[in-house]
Amino acid sequence: MIDKLWLLIPEMILFGGVIVVSIMGLSPLKSLRDMVPFVVMAFLAAAFIAVPMVYTPERVAQADLIMPMLGQYVKMLVCAIGVLLVMLKVGLIDRRYEKLVGEGLTQFDAMRVNRGEFFVFFLLSLIGVMLVANANDLIWLFLALELASLPNYVMVAMSRQGRKAQEAAVKYFFLGAMATAVFLYGFALMYGSTGTIILTEMREAFSDQAAEGGINLLGIVGMIVAILGVCFKIAAFPMHFYVADVYEGAASAVSAFIAFVPKAAGMFAIILMLATVGWTGHGEMDGLPQPILYTLWVVAVFTMTLGNIGALLQRSVKRMLAYSSIAHSGYMLIGVIAGPGIGINSVLFYMTAYGIMNTGAFAVLAGLERRGAEIESLDEVAGLRIRHPWMAFALALASGSLLGIPPLLGFVGKFYLFIGGIEAGQIVLVVIAALNTAISAWYYLALVGLPILMQPTAQAENVERHPSVWPRVAAVVAAVAVVIGPIFSTVIISASERATQHYEHPVDLADATEPE
Amino acid sequence: MLPGLLLLIPLIGGLAIVLAPAKQAKWIALLTSLVTFVYSAVLAVVFDQWGQAGFALEATIPWVERFGITLAMGADSVAMLLILLSTFLMPLCVWGSFTAIQERLREYYGWLMVLLAAMIGVFLARDLVFFYICFEFTLVPMFFLIAIYGGSNRNHASIKFFIYTFTGSLMALAALLYVAWQFQVTTGEWSFQIGELTGFASSLSATEQAWILLGLMVGFAVKVPLFPVHTWLPLAHTEAPTAGSVILAAVLLKLGTYGIYRFVLPMVPDALIEYAPFIAVLSIIGILYAGLICWVQTDIKKLIAYSSVSHLGFCVLGLIALNPMGLQGSVLYMLNHGLSTGALFFLVGMIYERYHTREMDAMGGLAKRMPIWACFMVFFVLASVGLPGLNGFISEFLCLIGAFVATGDFTDYPGVLGPWYAVFAGAGMIIAAMYLLIMTGKVVWGPLKEPKEKGHHHGPQLSTDLNLREIGVLTPLAVLCVVLGLYPKIATDAMEQSVEQTLAQYPERVRAHVQFHQQESTSIQQDTQQQVSTFEDEAAPPVYAVNGVRTFALTEPEVTP
Repeated sequence: MIDKLWLLIPEMILFGGVIVVSIMGLSPLKSLRDMVPFVVMAFLAAAFIAVPMVYTPERVAQADLIMPMLGQYVKMLVCAIGVLLVMLKVGLIDRRYEKLVGEGLTQFDAMRVNRGEFFVFFLLSLIGVMLVANANDLIWLFLALELASLPNYVMVAMSRQGRKAQEAAVKYFFLGAMATAVFLYGFALMYGSTGTIILTEMREAFSDQAAEGGINLLGIVGMIVAILGVCFKIAAFPMHFYVADVYEGAASAVSAFIAFVPKAAGMFAIILMLATVGWTGHGEMDGLPQPILYTLWVVAVFTMTLGNIGALLQRSVKRMLAYSSIAHSGYMLIGVIAGPGIGINSVLFYMTAYGIMNTGAFAVLAGLERRGAEIESLDEVAGLRIRHPWMAFALALASGSLLGIPPLLGFVGKFYLFIGGIEAGQIVLVVIAALNTAISAWYYLALVGLPILMQPTAQAENVERHPSVWPRVAAVVAAVAVVIGPIFSTVIISASERATQHYEHPVDLADATEPE
Repeated sequence: MLPGLLLLIPLIGGLAIVLAPAKQAKWIALLTSLVTFVYSAVLAVVFDQWGQAGFALEATIPWVERFGITLAMGADSVAMLLILLSTFLMPLCVWGSFTAIQERLREYYGWLMVLLAAMIGVFLARDLVFFYICFEFTLVPMFFLIAIYGGSNRNHASIKFFIYTFTGSLMALAALLYVAWQFQVTTGEWSFQIGELTGFASSLSATEQAWILLGLMVGFAVKVPLFPVHTWLPLAHTEAPTAGSVILAAVLLKLGTYGIYRFVLPMVPDALIEYAPFIAVLSIIGILYAGLICWVQTDIKKLIAYSSVSHLGFCVLGLIALNPMGLQGSVLYMLNHGLSTGALFFLVGMIYERYHTREMDAMGGLAKRMPIWACFMVFFVLASVGLPGLNGFISEFLCLIGAFVATGDFTDYPGVLGPWYAVFAGAGMIIAAMYLLIMTGKVVWGPLKEPKEKGHHHGPQLSTDLNLREIGVLTPLAVLCVVLGLYPKIATDAMEQSVEQTLAQYPERVRAHVQFHQQESTSIQQDTQQQVSTFEDEAAPPVYAVNGVRTFALTEPEVTP
């Protein structure tokens, strides 16, 4: 038990951050309030450093987790991308109110500031993702998933003034609640099938069932329903309808957040659930149990295709990126289908690459504004090169990487995913993904080309910098990471390989217990 | 590190261009490309595999050890020739753009240098992933060159160019990954070494090879381009700035044929033998169809662009003739087409800079106004048409003769094409002569006719005829055309062994293929003969049709009593 707690130290550090930030955010001293995002960064950095220190083989072995080492990678990933995401949000919350206070037009009122709360929610959501990776029973998994996504609803609503954000938040919340109900229902069926909620015990139960002629229908249906429910978190077909509206309604900085954090949480949750049935030993063919395999296959194909086709039709950069993030979930599902080994490793790698490049693209939008409003349409980024060259090249690099132009980081990720898919024999799926990448070239080229090639349109003339420099710093950092990342890809790949170590397939488990 | 430097010099030059003031850009670019050329020439001198089949200039930089991915470099004689072509053309392209490009200079020359590095990388790569990265990355500079400096329809052209080639190469990537995976399954090790994979892939089953061939051909045929997927090329060529067109025609199209040479030929022999006639038909359609399109063009640049489609058809035909003649002709064609078509694009660019039109109807009799230009024009048109004595002739001839003798009973190197393929492709030569000479006749001779808006130019005023710089750009090309025309032996001898090694596995497989089909047709024939034999006791010596070519059986079929 104590070992399990040791593994949660990074989360505890961040929870300490939650307490500190919630108090600092209410401080009447402006300088203290302004420091909130940087304190968040410091706590993220501390948690990042703590992760490899607490993850020792002995503790992990004691913790009775289904994918024991997954947490190490996930937690470091979340902390690293978290720092990028914090940068986007500097100067976002309470901007108007702080200005009024600064000009002395109104007294400071602790009841009216939101900054502290906002970053509290931010940290709680990240803690949620980290806890998902540590889950070893369904209740924990459920709570962690909800902890990762509930704060998002509030963050969307707080992110900017006006009805659009409110509408997005309400939509997001209601659909999210429905999805939660769906996957909870699936969890219930899985419990009914195996009589346990502990994932490792569930794995044993499933492996017994598989040895006795196949997993029973209840378990299969439960798993499928649960996966479809979690599809909401990863923005995958058939639960992807909210994505464009919500991302558009939220401020760009928050869109970047909800494009990464719930997606990571959902993807890891799906991996953990699938780990209970395992990727081998179900009938003649290798791979997941067939009904689950086909479900995921269809979900993956529809997700990437609908995402890319949807993105083709957009005139708003935010909606375009929203649909593209759907497509990227589809790509990642290839690795999920492929299973432990290269498949899951490549998902972990791709999640890292996606986090960097997608945040980079949103950071450009967050770093610029036009007449105090966010820039959204493609016309506004046209000819960005003339007045904001750094932002133009950052956007072009991020989009090029999202497209997968070699040798950028996105290419390495996609290549790794394709190897995983092909290794698992999913050649058709890989070819479909390759065709989808080709479709996506249409709209990513617009994002590469417009800022660099075009002359500024009338709307683009008065695009100004956001008062805070940090979103632009994040954009440049992401752009640099996208370029030099491939050089260090060996490091990330070997880290992702460590993450799936010590995972035992149910089949191997059954083989091992048989002689007794 | 020796070959790596060849990649690094242009990249460093590109970086210097971006950092230096815009005024200096073109001089830095010229210097960089010259240094690259000189360095590649030095490498060519120390290159010890001329006339041999091995690889030299090898170097390996580790990258992702887990998958055996490295930045492995090395060149055989064919790759070295193509590297020399790229480095030779780049200084000319830079020098030729001095007046044509007047804005966003740093980006222009920077992208040219990046493009140079990527092209060299493609030819140097001995690792699949490294090859693919360079192969794909050539798109990016070209995309920007077309989209920023191109003609009026540049956006459409650049996007179409990018999407077509990007989609194609993704399919090729999928096929190559499949090979790498099969290699891993068999040996237990991941490796992306081209040498290992090509040696391994030919042992895969015929069905697998057929799928791999499909994937690879989708990728490389778009780049070449072959008939149904050629539509991006005229657009991209027409809209690209002069130097872009030159590089596109001279080197980037060769990436496709080089890919076929490097991957398709050694990897999927059985599938290629099976489907070579089909590919040959596509390239012949390309030769004739594009030739006929050229005939009705009024835009000179578009005409030359379409002529590339037609010419590259010969190149592919030579590659799949599966005998040394065809293959040598094809590689030689890659060089010659680069020189003569590159020069033609330069010439059209020079006209465009002066008259701002490329319409054939708007001009005529330019020999009176620009005698030097007319001289070069006629010279390169003749080289391109295939006048004996100039470079185009010998390579076209070798490709055709290669296809002609590629029949099942050809002793040393049996093939699956035959005289009919050569006849139809040969008709393309006649068409080429017609459209190119008609174009020359209209533009160079006849009564003088000049476009009205002459000299409406925002750059520095150009002289009426070619100036020294432009002559300097064209002369080296002309000299090489003559040298390769009169003495192609320097190139063919250099690559002979490499080519033969590439083909080493073919004769046996083709014979087996031919025999197999003969047995098939024999068994059919025997069935019919059994019915016939009631009337005839002795059957005539069997003559069998192999892929439309009548041949005599190599071995007498066994007749069971």
